Amino acid sequence: MNLSLPLLAAINWHGFFFLLFAALACSLAVAVVLAENVVRMAFYLVLSLGATAGLFFLAGAEFIGAMQLMIYVGGTLVLLVFGVMLTAQAPFVSIRTPVGDRVLAGLVGFSLLAVLLLAAVTSPVWRGGGADPTARATEPMATPLGMALVGVRVDAAPTGSEDSQAAGVRSGYLLPFEIVSVHLLVVLVGAAYLARAKRRRGLPARPTVRMGGAP
Amino acid sequence: MAEYLIQSLGLPEWFAWSLMAGLAAFLILNLMAGGALAFIWAERKVSARIQDRLGPTRTGGKFGWLQSLADGLKLLAKEDLMPEGADGMLFRIAPYVSFCASFAAFIAMPFAFDMVGLRLNVGVFYVVAVLGLEVFGVILAGYASASKWSLFGAMREAAQVVSYEVPLGMCIVVPVMLAGSMDLVTIAEKQAGWFTNWYLFHDPFTFVIFWVYVTCGVASVNRAPFDLAEAESELVAGFHTEYSGLRWSFFFMAEYSSMFLVSGLAAVLFLGGWNGPVPVAELVGLSEGSGETTGYLVRLLGLANLLGKATLGVLFMMWIRWTLPRLRIDQVMTTCLKYCTPIAAAMFAGAMLWLWALPGGVTAAMGVGVPGRSRSAGEVREGWLEGPGGRRAAKARPADVVRAEVPR
Repeated sequence: MNLSLPLLAAINWHGFFFLLFAALACSLAVAVVLAENVVRMAFYLVLSLGATAGLFFLAGAEFIGAMQLMIYVGGTLVLLVFGVMLTAQAPFVSIRTPVGDRVLAGLVGFSLLAVLLLAAVTSPVWRGGGADPTARATEPMATPLGMALVGVRVDAAPTGSEDSQAAGVRSGYLLPFEIVSVHLLVVLVGAAYLARAKRRRGLPARPTVRMGGAP
Repeated sequence: MAEYLIQSLGLPEWFAWSLMAGLAAFLILNLMAGGALAFIWAERKVSARIQDRLGPTRTGGKFGWLQSLADGLKLLAKEDLMPEGADGMLFRIAPYVSFCASFAAFIAMPFAFDMVGLRLNVGVFYVVAVLGLEVFGVILAGYASASKWSLFGAMREAAQVVSYEVPLGMCIVVPVMLAGSMDLVTIAEKQAGWFTNWYLFHDPFTFVIFWVYVTCGVASVNRAPFDLAEAESELVAGFHTEYSGLRWSFFFMAEYSSMFLVSGLAAVLFLGGWNGPVPVAELVGLSEGSGETTGYLVRLLGLANLLGKATLGVLFMMWIRWTLPRLRIDQVMTTCLKYCTPIAAAMFAGAMLWLWALPGGVTAAMGVGVPGRSRSAGEVREGWLEGPGGRRAAKARPADVVRAEVPR
């Protein structure tokens, strides 16, 4: 059984899938800009972010990939809902951007892209010579990250020393993690405060007929 | 398996990998489609039994075995309608979005020891993240249909799914904490042995949180009593009012396979995964590693165990659906925010304290040795246990060490 077709065997599959996902992400991002319907924009954004998650999975960073799906793609869900709620009426179904806005947005976007590209090209770590990307795909990546978030740097502990505290290992990311959590908690409480039903004090609650059950 | 093909049959690498990927995708697709056929038939029979009817009796023999197949043929032949004023592209693509999300979640789902499409280090997190994407299809369908019923259904679904992800996540964190891993294979491996090793019976808190998980699971797959997005008595058919034919059936395949997935996840997280209530294979002296044929048989037994548990879960959801009345939207929100979330949070804290105070679970606290599988902590493939600082990591979580030492 001689199935080793020279062409198919010669293709660098890792590179092929990288290009595929990267092209998907970029073209869908362009589609977000060019679309005129808000819901379609949100949908393209979801697909673009999903393709980015595919890039993360390809790089072996499964945790980041799942995080991308959970936070960014899931968060776009709310965007989509608001898009539906705010633009379901006829005048907003199709949105045309004025030319001035396009020029301004293009200026900002391309300058940001230039800065990022410059940073990427000048970074010595990223200029070849790195480890084989396929070799890293099998390492468990999430556990050291999770342990670092609760303050134990499993990855950075020096070999041979039993007590990593004594060896002066960096203490992980517990403090930044806590700060971010408390910040998020404040945001949640604030959102609940702003969104709660406002009742006038002193007046008895009027019995209202509920349509469809909005509380 | 792919390595086996490359090494022993001499197949080129790209061919072996794509063959295995194709095989896994083929099996999962057939599980979804065949499962949907079987479960729709079961749903008809279960609902008939509950409502004191007979259900399908004629199509394909005495019990109406072929009813789903006949339904499928009918759906194939139906005209594919699209309302005027609908957003054509989104309307066409919405059912596939739902279906693909459900399919993608199955990739990381283990069916038996080593029988998993792709073993991910963060499997449970991935499954939950992808399962949450299914709602996109529903919202797109509701918006693109250009129908008020559909839009109402989609909005309800969005509110419900976004709310229920919170307690669902909290429920899932508890088995992850007990196992010390987000890898679904590892979580199931740690529950090997008798059914007392299941996380359901680990402590009272996990027992309670399992039922919170069941509630949230039913809500997250949009089944009655949480099927407000469909609500056929108020919204005609909710988000799929305007759909017909094969596109409609894609929504249903997605729904039934999500039910199966949520039940399978419950089986892996709380009910021992592919480990049966009685470790039959272990008692007769077999394990996954013993020989090629016997190891394969043990895996098949595990597969039967997991599929059986997941099917029981689906049947439980059907029982619930035909027993309880549908909740109102405010009641759905109350259930989530005022009951499920606080209970889940309290149980999470309780399970944490339990793990800290009684690391070995109930059986260890009572001093009763449970005959379990002789698999020590070192054998469980945990990268960081062997890595640098491994001792410290093990010290931080005494549960594994004690649990591994107690059975014998």
